[in-house]
Amino acid sequence: MSASNLPAQPDGARERIGVYVCHCGSNIAATVDVEAVRDWSAEHLGDRGVVVARDYKFMCASTGQELIEQDIKELGLTRVVVAACSPHMHEKTFRGACRRAGLNPYLCELVSIREQDSWVHTDRTAATAKAEAIVAGGVYRVAHSEALEPFRVPIDPATLVVGGGIAGISAALEIADAGFPVHLVEREPSIGGHMAQFDKTFPTLDCAACILTPRMVTAGMHQNITLHTWSEVTDVAGYVGNFTVTIKHRARYVDTALCTGCGICQEKCPSKVVDTRYEAGLGYRKGVYTPFPQAVPKYPVIDVENCIYFEKGTCGACKKLCPTGAIDFDQKDEEVTVKVGNIIIATGFELFDARRVEQYGYGRMPNVFTSLEFERMSNAAGPTAGRIVLRDGVTEPKAVGIVHCVGSRDRNYNNYCSAICCMQSLKFAHLVREHTDATVYEFYIDIRAPGKAFDEFYQRVMEEGSVFVRGRVAAISDTVRLPDEEAHQGRLIVSVEDTLAGVQRRIPVDMVILSSGLEPATDAQEVARRFGITCSADGWVIERHPKLDPVATMTEGVFAAGCALGPRDIPASVANGAAAAARVLARIQEGELALEPIRATVDQERCSGCRICNDLCPYSAIVYHGWEQVSEVNPALCQGCGVCIAACPAGAISGSGFSDVQILSQIDGLLTALGGAPPGPAVEEREAVPA
Amino acid sequence: MSAKPRLAMYWAAACGGCDIAVLNLGEALVEVGSRFDVVFWPAVMDAKYADVEAMPDASIDITLFCGGIRNDENEHLAHLLRAKSKILVAFGSCASEGCIPGLANLSTLDEILDASYANETTDNPDGVRPVPAWRENGVTLRIPTLAPLLRTLDQVVPVDYTVPGCPPETKRIEDVVELVGKALDGTAVLPPRGSVLGAGHSTVCDECARERNVKKIGAFRRVTEIATIDPTLCLLEQGIPCNGPATRDGCGALCPAAAAPCIGCYGPADGVLDYGARLMSAFASVVDADEPERIEVILDGIADPVGQFYRFSLASSLLRGGREAMDQAHRGRASAPVGSPAANHPAPRLGRTPPSAPMLDVLGPQDHVPQRAPTGPEPPAPTLEPVGGPAR
Amino acid sequence: MSATTAHAGAAPAAKDGRFEPVILAFTCNWCSYRAADLAGTARMKYPPNVRLVRLMCSGRVDPAFVMRAFADADAVILTGCWPADCHYRIQNVKALRRFILLRRVLESMGIEPQRFQRFYASAAEGQQLAAEFDRIVEEVRALGPLDWAGRHAAFVPSATPPGAGVGEARAAAEARAAAPPPAERELAEVTA
Repeated sequence: MSASNLPAQPDGARERIGVYVCHCGSNIAATVDVEAVRDWSAEHLGDRGVVVARDYKFMCASTGQELIEQDIKELGLTRVVVAACSPHMHEKTFRGACRRAGLNPYLCELVSIREQDSWVHTDRTAATAKAEAIVAGGVYRVAHSEALEPFRVPIDPATLVVGGGIAGISAALEIADAGFPVHLVEREPSIGGHMAQFDKTFPTLDCAACILTPRMVTAGMHQNITLHTWSEVTDVAGYVGNFTVTIKHRARYVDTALCTGCGICQEKCPSKVVDTRYEAGLGYRKGVYTPFPQAVPKYPVIDVENCIYFEKGTCGACKKLCPTGAIDFDQKDEEVTVKVGNIIIATGFELFDARRVEQYGYGRMPNVFTSLEFERMSNAAGPTAGRIVLRDGVTEPKAVGIVHCVGSRDRNYNNYCSAICCMQSLKFAHLVREHTDATVYEFYIDIRAPGKAFDEFYQRVMEEGSVFVRGRVAAISDTVRLPDEEAHQGRLIVSVEDTLAGVQRRIPVDMVILSSGLEPATDAQEVARRFGITCSADGWVIERHPKLDPVATMTEGVFAAGCALGPRDIPASVANGAAAAARVLARIQEGELALEPIRATVDQERCSGCRICNDLCPYSAIVYHGWEQVSEVNPALCQGCGVCIAACPAGAISGSGFSDVQILSQIDGLLTALGGAPPGPAVEEREAVPA
Repeated sequence: MSAKPRLAMYWAAACGGCDIAVLNLGEALVEVGSRFDVVFWPAVMDAKYADVEAMPDASIDITLFCGGIRNDENEHLAHLLRAKSKILVAFGSCASEGCIPGLANLSTLDEILDASYANETTDNPDGVRPVPAWRENGVTLRIPTLAPLLRTLDQVVPVDYTVPGCPPETKRIEDVVELVGKALDGTAVLPPRGSVLGAGHSTVCDECARERNVKKIGAFRRVTEIATIDPTLCLLEQGIPCNGPATRDGCGALCPAAAAPCIGCYGPADGVLDYGARLMSAFASVVDADEPERIEVILDGIADPVGQFYRFSLASSLLRGGREAMDQAHRGRASAPVGSPAANHPAPRLGRTPPSAPMLDVLGPQDHVPQRAPTGPEPPAPTLEPVGGPAR
Repeated sequence: MSATTAHAGAAPAAKDGRFEPVILAFTCNWCSYRAADLAGTARMKYPPNVRLVRLMCSGRVDPAFVMRAFADADAVILTGCWPADCHYRIQNVKALRRFILLRRVLESMGIEPQRFQRFYASAAEGQQLAAEFDRIVEEVRALGPLDWAGRHAAFVPSATPPGAGVGEARAAAEARAAAPPPAERELAEVTA
């Protein structure tokens, strides 16, 4: 380490700036002449206020940081420029060093001469010149930096959880158990989600209902949880810590204050409809119904599209027979507004529509089932009381084919792996074997069984005698084609290339189960827009960081859990829910949140209320005050993108952290850096300084 | 000489409209005549440059300088009047930002001369061109030499105040006269040097009575292409490119009131680096299209982008104002420190231009171009000794 | 070595006398700057002619920034997130709208469209970023220097030798103006 001999601070400079050039071992020093950059900075940027320029092997090491702290204290530095790695790597580190020495962290500028210079260039002379320009840009810029304080917002202790599946329930319970209020919104009449439809769960084969319903009941009865079922979020206003959420309670036509959940209305209702939702089309429900007996809450809803009263104005059996008079045909949709500090999105998935794979014949050939249909069928409380039968409702299959990756790992539909289908299919094989004597064929591409006890389960299913055929199924047909298939008339023929044996096979079976992939809810993009978060092209919510911040979204105060983030199994969804809850709880406990103070501000004097900026903010942070004809930026909503600043024709909007003068000065430095100083020694001469 | 404060007004590269705007003061002009001793005003009275040259330095209290600097005569007078005046005011759009004559900065001198002396509309069989000096019959005749670019007054000499407008509105001129009068009486204080007088601090929309909504522009149209202009709705929202949002207020929004779009003669609002950049950024931001092809189609509606965005300000714009405009902006940033002694620090030149760029050097060596006065946020107002008693 | 190459504003050292453009690239904090981070981490190479300015969003780019850059740069590049992937949802579209209009204005002022280019780069596209930088540097190299100040100098009547001293410049201007004098007139004697 060495410091250049320094000129006294020139009269012209307002600030006392320290420049620190990092070698990063040889990462920078091998390509950039670090000492030359140091000397050049001291010599040429003096009139910009540089009073000390140093180089050091590793600026980010504690000894490097101490150098800065020491200079701030001893030399009275008012600004610091560190030329090292990308700000994304160590900006916080060096800002922290400044803070420790009593200098506002936003008066520190980290400029990258590693990722943006030494690592991408080979010509030492050119890389050194570029490093000098980069340092000059930082010095010019930092002279105009302002001391900033993080923007602090109070956090409302209530939380909104959207989606009452296992992820949402888990999140809600964690927060509620910690003593804070939760609003749990569910679109269906009951919470429980897809898990409530399942029979057994892989790989432990415990009964889904047995483990889920206690949690549903706990959530339903929890004093800190307000359930909003048969409801949807229609509007989200506000910002982290202070959201105002409008929830539409769809009319149930049942007064929940009076209803006891006795079930007489369902019993007496003469309207019987196929239940496409909970029973996946395999069973029936009534016009007034709860999706399943253990529904939480217990109150039924009237399906107006299948209610004789609503269709014809007659019937009214439920109303006549309800012992508490809870049926209310005049009920209207209601909107309620709740205030919450944080939001957890747990809107789950929808099953890939297997009809789209026409060659698999779902919807055309009765004995092709979807995975969800099979879940209901194998469920003891389901439409077949747990009997595995063909569509006729009586015939037990003698052979069952299970097709993996339907709609997944397929560039025609979804490129991604749906993660749960392999294990689900293995579970199906086990259940078929358990309930019947059928031969089971698993048609798979790869078996993906990476979870705890997953592969053991795979081994077990193999040992049980299921037949594994590696290959993507080409087609499923109900017509025999080859002479030796005559015996199989009326059965299904699965055509597949057995890639292990290297032969084409046509395997006759009685039943096919399509292990459909998972897709985001059809309105995922719309939901994302409403909550101000982003989805990938596939439609899954994008995490703030896929590894390090897997349940946060890009929007402050909005988290996500479960399959809304992408296909995952129950344990992962539960863990997500708990993780999101932990993030939320930490904020609630903190009471307030410190946000980056990169914000736009409107100078009310200069604003003419032209309203150019009003529609430019995707966060609705800009409000227009009609009576005063001025616009204003709500700093808590502002995310600091700076679009309005660049758009304001009056120059009335300014931005902290990235002000016009900061940016223009940086450009000045990057491109010119003459600074009025006498020309220094030529580059070639400086290269003589040993690195 | 009388004890009255001494006033001068001059026209350089200008149309004379500013002088007429002052004459439009009408009866108030009599007041001006009684308050001031008009020592130099070529538009209304005979005067010789030699008379001005003979005046002691700083002997004129206030000079209203109209017009941009296009030739060495303009430049000579700019320096002369700067030296002779306590307060030098860039009066009107030409002096402050170049105005229509500044649009010639899009063309080279050759192109300008060709347009005047050698195109299809000129009758000039001998190809005569003006030359700066001729000797005939033993007498040397000189005409001013054109500079390569038109420069604004403050690109040439330090300016104390700016009065914008093409021309400045008469009512606003009255305000300025009144303010200066009061300052001379000691009953008012002039704003800091570098301020804009006779205008507001917001934009034309501030004074415009038209109803405004959230902006989304699906098509730009010329006024002539619209059958009926909504009399109450914002013109920009009707697709008419109105420069009001970016133009300093002070005019009273007269044009939009008459259903004519603002063309921007009052120049940029406070602190704006480049008027056209601000305006084009605003217009483009609210174009109601996301696909490049569709955006192009909508922007095709702006027939002449440079004319639309720089009609008055080209000579003071970053790109066509020449090196001076860039340097000025740069110095502004370099000398931003509040109350800093950086004022005495020689401002650095930008970039790769050698210090003796020829563009500055068409003038004689005596014509040293002083650096612009530093304009920190609160520089002191120019000293102006009160003349006579306060209640004269 | 001339004074101009001794400062950081100079073009990267010209090895074989070929023109080394100075190019300023605006990057956004979330995608294109991270692409540049990735290019570095992966040790991809691109020419040192490009210097980066990091902003939070490409939508922060004010046309004035670009204009100021053209005073000293030979080209300006605008980069940002892909249209559907803007960290600020849709703000890169505003950058696109401004880019299109600004490029029209710059063209009218005499700046070739190749000197003002844009491209998208996601945080994963370090390779694409480096390739685009390569391409643009070569395109601008082929165009030659922008030399904006020099273009203004060219506004001086063409016979004036650039960089001539004050007296010479004036004399040259006058001499040129008098170049096609009618025979009966006599050129004034003007001493340099």
